[in-house]
Amino acid sequence: MDALWLSMKLAVCVAAILLAIGMPVAYWLAYSSWRGKFLLESVVALPLVLPPTVLGFYALVAMGPRGPLGKLWIALFGHGLAFTFGGLILASVLYSFPFAVQPLVASFEGVDRKLLDASAVLGAGSLRTFWRVILPLSLPGVVTAGVLSFAHTLGEFGVVLMVGGNLAGVTRTVSIDIYDRVQSLEYGEANRMALLLLVISFGVLSVVYAVNRRVWTPWAAK
Amino acid sequence: MGGEVKPGVLAARVRKARRNTSAPAFVLDVSVEVPQGFTILFGPSGAGKSTLLDCIAGLTRPDEGQIAVGGDALFDSSRGIDFPAQRRQIAYVFQTLALFPHLTVEENVAYGLSGLQQEKRQERVGEILAAFRVEKLRKQKPGEISGGEKQRVALARSLVTDPRLLLLDEPLTGLDAELKAAIVDDLRAWNAAKRIPILYVTHTREEVDALGERVLAMENGHIVSAGAPIEVLDAPRRKKLAQAAGFENLLGGTVLDLREADGVMRVRVEESACEMEVPLGYAVPGDRVKVAIRAGDILLAVERPIGLSARNIMEGRIVSLEPRGTMVIARVDCGVLFVVHVTPGAVRALGLAAERRVWLVLKTHSCHLVE
Repeated sequence: MDALWLSMKLAVCVAAILLAIGMPVAYWLAYSSWRGKFLLESVVALPLVLPPTVLGFYALVAMGPRGPLGKLWIALFGHGLAFTFGGLILASVLYSFPFAVQPLVASFEGVDRKLLDASAVLGAGSLRTFWRVILPLSLPGVVTAGVLSFAHTLGEFGVVLMVGGNLAGVTRTVSIDIYDRVQSLEYGEANRMALLLLVISFGVLSVVYAVNRRVWTPWAAK
Repeated sequence: MGGEVKPGVLAARVRKARRNTSAPAFVLDVSVEVPQGFTILFGPSGAGKSTLLDCIAGLTRPDEGQIAVGGDALFDSSRGIDFPAQRRQIAYVFQTLALFPHLTVEENVAYGLSGLQQEKRQERVGEILAAFRVEKLRKQKPGEISGGEKQRVALARSLVTDPRLLLLDEPLTGLDAELKAAIVDDLRAWNAAKRIPILYVTHTREEVDALGERVLAMENGHIVSAGAPIEVLDAPRRKKLAQAAGFENLLGGTVLDLREADGVMRVRVEESACEMEVPLGYAVPGDRVKVAIRAGDILLAVERPIGLSARNIMEGRIVSLEPRGTMVIARVDCGVLFVVHVTPGAVRALGLAAERRVWLVLKTHSCHLVE
């Protein structure tokens, strides 16, 4: 159960970090009129098409003792980043980035522009408009972004293996644990973990679709 | 800015080109002055009315110009002044109203009062909800109230901030005349004390008649005339404006002769045998003129009328009758096609039908010379 607990902790941290960084990035992608915007959009979508091993490989190189990130980390904390929980979080954030940003962009863009104009003529600056108008009206997108990053992180394998290795209690997540057990022919244990992951993923995705279908809404229905 | 707001005249000179590869270039180039009270900005859709409002409110940046309210510059391209929308203290009610769907009526109205203390804010919200007769809706969401109520709430939300100027972009479209008049009465009552300039955009003639004090007529990015509704609309100078203003009949004709003593001239319509007396204009016999006539100003008779003061009586034949709501649109061929509005009752009483022989009766002063 250590592995499951670790996976959960990782997924919650990653989802929280992604929501925090995802919102300003999504805001900019939704409202900027800069013509080169497509470049950033491509970068954000990259993890969707790259094999996790490629992303994991570059993350590992950057985090290594001779990589820029690794050097910085050693200077700050006195130990390396690769094969630690912190390194795992960082790589997972990169890997799940589009799963957080894309639903946010879509829901920000879905907010009626006239409401933003109305907010401005009523004296609100862009920060107040974001908190009082854009964010409440984008709540389904925010829930989707959080849940998808959580679920995607929970199920990832390649990146974790590349960056984290397989250290029990530090970087051995559920998916790696399952792989390990299959390798050592413990099918019963593997099945128990796999089933658990399946049920959790199904439950989490049901929340996303229920929110988007307005079966359940966090505010009063229209 | 800020602090005590003194109401004053809006003076705006705005130039803005709209670059669009698919449509021909459009240039908004106007200079307007809006004193306290109602001023109506009238023109067909696409004339640039909303763009002008957006420039004044600070939602769109003009290419060049000056915008000032009560002498305070809000925008001046030559001096580099450009206050953002949130600092202009201008109220703007959009055609779509743009009420925040996730906030209650009360929260919507309080939205613009974030700078005030809770107590003061409650007081102001209460006052304005009462002034616009929507106190009962405090706790409702915009999705739960009627169209007319939404319009009242949108007005209350804009006006609670004590703006220096009110911009209204067709906010009352879709309401029946009675409801519209009631809302406008409440708005007038509110402005009796505040005395700010109100710029009201519309493209319908009925609204101009209902509200009208001053009218600015706009077309294709320019102000084409200004003054009282009767001057601006009843002597239309341009064809599009004439149609927008409800002149369904626009006929070309040739001046036959001038009767200066009677203040009239005779015009032959198109190439037909139809002759009409119209008010004397600046023309000489042989000149081409255009005559605009409202479909509602034409009387229809089933026998040749006698003993009338109307000078123009034309014989014709009904081509078609087309019911449209509470009226019937009749097309009558008198050598040239006229559009005439009649009531369903008149159609029944006179037994009007296609092919029926009829006479059209037109007062001289219902014939407006255009150009």
